[in-house]
Amino acid sequence: MKTEDLITALAADAPPVDPRRVARRFTLVTLAGLPIALVAVLALLGPRHDLAVAMGLPMFWVKLAFPLAIGASAWLLLRRLGSPGARAGGTLAGVVLPVLLMWLLAAAVLLSAPAGERLPLVLGATWRQCPAFITLLALPAGALAFGALRGLAPTRLVPAGAAAGLFAGATGAAAYSVHCPELQAPFLGVWYLLGMLVPAALGAALGPRVLRW
Amino acid sequence: MPATDRAQATEERLRALFLAALDGDAAAYRQFLSDLGAHLRAFFRRRLAHTPDHAEDLVQEVLLAVHAQRHTWLRDQPLTSWVHAIAKYKLLDHLRAHARREALHEPLDDELEVFAACDNAAAEARRDLQRVLEHLPERQRRAVVMVRVEGASVADTARATGMSEAAVKVGVHRGLKLLAAKVRGSR
Repeated sequence: MKTEDLITALAADAPPVDPRRVARRFTLVTLAGLPIALVAVLALLGPRHDLAVAMGLPMFWVKLAFPLAIGASAWLLLRRLGSPGARAGGTLAGVVLPVLLMWLLAAAVLLSAPAGERLPLVLGATWRQCPAFITLLALPAGALAFGALRGLAPTRLVPAGAAAGLFAGATGAAAYSVHCPELQAPFLGVWYLLGMLVPAALGAALGPRVLRW
Repeated sequence: MPATDRAQATEERLRALFLAALDGDAAAYRQFLSDLGAHLRAFFRRRLAHTPDHAEDLVQEVLLAVHAQRHTWLRDQPLTSWVHAIAKYKLLDHLRAHARREALHEPLDDELEVFAACDNAAAEARRDLQRVLEHLPERQRRAVVMVRVEGASVADTARATGMSEAAVKVGVHRGLKLLAAKVRGSR
């Protein structure tokens, strides 16, 4: 086929593109994972029995804000990585900063605790289940984020997959926090982070396989 | 004019054309694709000097990708970097696929090998092709078979199948792409 002919064919098939519609679609598809994960956690695990009391504690909101902040940055990163050649710029710092703040808080808690209580602060009562549940709850948002990415054109497939996974992990962690009984920063800085990193790693591994176009 | 100024001027001109095209201006879009094609041709010829026909394939591949992905351009982003990222992605994809194909060939050192094997490779290749072709949707299969296998012109194919010429061209391209994906996937 001559290139000239191809150009004629393409020019004949070019309806207008509305950037707001593209952005709206991407936003709706990706954010739909959060309500799905919330419904899943409430239906399958149930809210923590003292949810009303816990909601009065500042740490409950810190625990919720931690994954939400990471998720928001991962979402911006995802949007940029879906467009060929777009710079990720300062978005990466938005992912790292909440982690550093949480570690700072965790260090302060651990240093002020007696030596014998430090390990229980890190392990809590539920460290075995936390990352696994977060990963499971990340699945709907992960599938949706990958679907949204496939509607765009990522050219760096490993970072794009990782961003999708991290975003999904953050969604799962935010939903899980409604059920989770833990409130200590050392626990959150380790197990919530791990719960978000596992989907990110899965996404990075999946990216080159699923996102090629 | 220094190269950076020239690139800047090109960026502004192509950007204006592309913005008009995104609003549905077909003439501007045609001009844009045609200008972009010329830039891409230079880009790929420089990098695929030994295989100029591959360079033209890639020009078309990238034009199609630009078309299919034109909604992914963020307007706060230079058009150059968007196009360059797509061209680079397609070039790397091409080189990877090519390297894999090359790796499947036997070494060429043994002179006697020319006589050691013979003939019906062409017939078998065609039979394999037939089998793979069966996986294509009807319209794409007919377009690919007539244009690429039997060597008919696009106009003749369009007349014989009742499809528009544009549909035949797009069918051939999509069909070939699907075929390539199938062949890649079956390895």
